[in-house]
Amino acid sequence: MQLSPSGARVESPPIDAVGVEERVARLCSRSIKKDAKLQALHLTLSMIDLTTLEGADSEGKVRQLCAKALQLHAALPELPHVAAVCVYPALVGVAKRALEGSGINVASVATSFPAGQAPIEIKLLEVRKAVEAGADEVDMVISRGRFLAGDFAYTADEIASVKEACGEAHLKVILETGELGTLDAVRRASDLAMRSGADFIKTSTGKIKPAATMPVVLVMLEAIRDHYLRTGEKIGMKPAGGISTAKDAIRHLVMVRETLGQDWLDPDLYRFGASSLANDVLRQIVKQRSGIYQSFDDFSL
Amino acid sequence: MSEQRPAAAAAAGRLPVLKTHKVYVGGKFPRSESGRFDRALAPDGTPIANICRCSRKDVRDAVTAARAAQAGWAGRTAYNRGQILYRIAEMLEGRSGQFEALLTAGGATSDEAAAEVQAAVDRLLHYAGWTDKFQQVFSSVNPVATSHFNFSILEAMGVIGVLAPASPLLGLVSSIAPAIAGGNTTVALVTGSQPLPAVTFGEVLNSSDVPGGVVNILTGRRDEMLAPLAAHRDVDALLLCSPDPDVARSAEIEAVHNLKRVAVRPHEDWTDVQSPYEITDLQEVKTTWHPIGS
Repeated sequence: MQLSPSGARVESPPIDAVGVEERVARLCSRSIKKDAKLQALHLTLSMIDLTTLEGADSEGKVRQLCAKALQLHAALPELPHVAAVCVYPALVGVAKRALEGSGINVASVATSFPAGQAPIEIKLLEVRKAVEAGADEVDMVISRGRFLAGDFAYTADEIASVKEACGEAHLKVILETGELGTLDAVRRASDLAMRSGADFIKTSTGKIKPAATMPVVLVMLEAIRDHYLRTGEKIGMKPAGGISTAKDAIRHLVMVRETLGQDWLDPDLYRFGASSLANDVLRQIVKQRSGIYQSFDDFSL
Repeated sequence: MSEQRPAAAAAAGRLPVLKTHKVYVGGKFPRSESGRFDRALAPDGTPIANICRCSRKDVRDAVTAARAAQAGWAGRTAYNRGQILYRIAEMLEGRSGQFEALLTAGGATSDEAAAEVQAAVDRLLHYAGWTDKFQQVFSSVNPVATSHFNFSILEAMGVIGVLAPASPLLGLVSSIAPAIAGGNTTVALVTGSQPLPAVTFGEVLNSSDVPGGVVNILTGRRDEMLAPLAAHRDVDALLLCSPDPDVARSAEIEAVHNLKRVAVRPHEDWTDVQSPYEITDLQEVKTTWHPIGS
């Protein structure tokens, strides 16, 4: 147990970093082939949050991304659609109109993404604006500076008030594990976020490296498992950043299955935050069906 | 020479240690992902080395490496590509003794071996000279009847799949050099009975300022590697160096998926296979119409 300066209690078990690496290495050695691979690839597609978070994003870029979300590959119309499209708050309205009636959610980053260095009032206003514009899901960043300084109560309050501002919208809490330094801090931040109202915990903004490394994701999955065993509450997980190949994605699915079980192999509880993953998965699906190695040139942007 | 050592070791009552020659992919020397190997044999049947027996997944990885390197290689100045080809020639000349030994171990007389190494060096010089000249010779300004400035230039096709010829050094150099001179990157399948000069040539390339992935050399069996390479949609053209028309035909059938260009080189003797048309056969013509006048 550790006491923060403001007196909040955070109980998190210590993490055996070597043990985590070892477990990850063992899980990564699984070989998933043929039908099982095809099934995993389809599942991966349905879990993707197709993301564009650039300063240069325009309405046209977002509409194009939404078109991609609605139809991933014209030659395979029977493929599942992605889970959500993730954009900046200013573009939520555009995405919402483009995805009307499709069943694809619109997710918006908020709370002064990616640094999170803004007054709490501004962050909450940003969240409300995003939800007003139609965001079904809000991806917030925690204040890493305050968290690392040991001010866990501030972080917990911040998450709780953002959750309140979200209303009906689902809340994903980005820990930005690349800035947390140790797996112990990752575990503590995960526990804190889940107890403060997170519907999902998410590794990274995608703006900082390292992002969603396997050990970090395993630690977060174990935190979710312990939270579930204690409270019966199922929290979702979203690794984001650095997962760009189908092979990586399948390794993640293996790890989820082995850590949390079948229930989490569902877009309601597991998401991939990615921009280039979808095309590699499509390439593998077509390769699996045709037996011919594919070119990225054959898939839309 | 190192290739005679196994026999000498056996004679001295030792167990010979055969070197496993690794393949050259993306500027690195990995083993085959399959873990398989074949024996390279001397003409009398004694094993002289182990050779990676690559799989279709090695082909896939090599194409990925070639694709990643292609834009950067084509983006270099033609002059710089010429310098690098010249550098390969320099490094090959410096190691000519080793290559002569490899060729004699494969059955050539020492005169033949020396002549083949020299011809390979000269071939590299030939194409080093052409890199910044073939555009001048083969590009054109075209007469048109409208007020347009119309011109055609050559552009690299992209990734070239090469079925390397049986000629162990000169044939390999003669097929790869014109492809890379024009800004293409290559995946070469070495499937003949004498793969040692080719894999050793990878070591020459690696010390010649050639960026990783521009030339990739895989060893193994033709029937396992050629079909996946020929069908691969990220390969833009095939250079099939085989006198067997059935080999070329089967690869051409696989190549229809993305309408690859297929160039066939049936030569057995590569002494005179040297021409700027070897470069232009692996180039795409781009014609531009530019409006002029008031």
